[in-house]
Amino acid sequence: MDGIADMGGTQGWGPTHPPLADEPVFGEAWEGRAFALALLSTRVAGWNLDAFRHALERLSRTEYLDDGYFGRWLNAAELVLTDSAVLAPEAVEARARNLRGQHVVEPPPSQPVRPDYKPTAEGSLRAVDAAPAFAIGERVRAKNMSRTGHSRLPRYVRGHTGVVESVQPPSVLPDTNAHFEGENPQYVYTVRFDSHELWGAEAEPFALTIEMFESYLEKIT
Amino acid sequence: MTMSESGERIPASLRTEAVEQLLTERGLVDPKALDKIITTYETNVGPLNGAKVIAKAWTDPQYRRSLLEDGTAAIRELGYIGAQTEHVVVVENTATSHHVVVCTLCSCYPWQLLGLPPSWYKDPAYRARIVREPRKVLSEMGLELADDVEITVHDSSSEVRWLVLPERPAGTEKLSEEQLVPLITREAMVGVAKIRAR
Repeated sequence: MDGIADMGGTQGWGPTHPPLADEPVFGEAWEGRAFALALLSTRVAGWNLDAFRHALERLSRTEYLDDGYFGRWLNAAELVLTDSAVLAPEAVEARARNLRGQHVVEPPPSQPVRPDYKPTAEGSLRAVDAAPAFAIGERVRAKNMSRTGHSRLPRYVRGHTGVVESVQPPSVLPDTNAHFEGENPQYVYTVRFDSHELWGAEAEPFALTIEMFESYLEKIT
Repeated sequence: MTMSESGERIPASLRTEAVEQLLTERGLVDPKALDKIITTYETNVGPLNGAKVIAKAWTDPQYRRSLLEDGTAAIRELGYIGAQTEHVVVVENTATSHHVVVCTLCSCYPWQLLGLPPSWYKDPAYRARIVREPRKVLSEMGLELADDVEITVHDSSSEVRWLVLPERPAGTEKLSEEQLVPLITREAMVGVAKIRAR
């Protein structure tokens, strides 16, 4: 989907931050808890990695940005938990208020709804019977495709032409897997784009590669 | 979610505690399982793994060839294939060719090799800008590349993960594999820095 998460090429973020030596993995204790809770919440809800990434991209701008990376993970975890009714929508806020000494009535426990979904194997790599539809060296176009659901086709490559650089192992299609609509494994292609194709004549000269699922690409006719 | 009815924000730390309590009370998570995950990523899984791969490649020409040919297989030999690092492609930085890695859509990163991503990698400015003006971004981050150096940016949009094999710095010819490991930084393995001999 075309949400806040699709950041490639967007402007207005200011300068980058130089690396810090010896940066701790978790700057504050809650960040580690939030990280672990996000992993475990996804499992508790019976969701998968793609569904979790879709939860991240469904967050509002505020939810995505204001509490940093691990705050974003926490917010996505809450979305996973409330969407799957593991927790009632008001449960977290009510508990948080009670933790700081307010007296709020908490909602009764809800009845979880697990998706009708089971992965066919661990991880995301799968075998497919078909041969790859595109060959190394072939010119291809990234489809101009804007989805309301999950997708890994960022805006900045859509409609642009590149060259297949390598064929990667077939993998579960995030677009359907995130919605528990099947794994639909497909070949993944590393496609090379020229910076001027993406950003116009004034762009810095460089090349960019990105992995494209087979259904994101079309032949150049 | 983050705002109460009055519009007042509840701090993320407090909401984290609330989520953990609620899930624990319902018997859905065990706080010890959280501790274990945190310890894993704080101590066991980090850039040291990737550094061992690179040091081996620098000192063992055959391993270096295998790593560049089939990164996944070569890395599996050392035991670093797993969650978030299922399939790895290794690219080599040289005096004339520079590779740098990003994930514009989230912050995909080879966890088993480099640990969890550092803050600069997760920063919206990095995610947004490295695919548009990499030379400028690298310069801001302290890496000036000569005009004739060809830059390739790799946007990790699928489960394929990228690892940069940095250039071995001059003056390290006499160092052993073990002595090289501490020189190798995660920044160099993502491609936003070079490695210096100490």
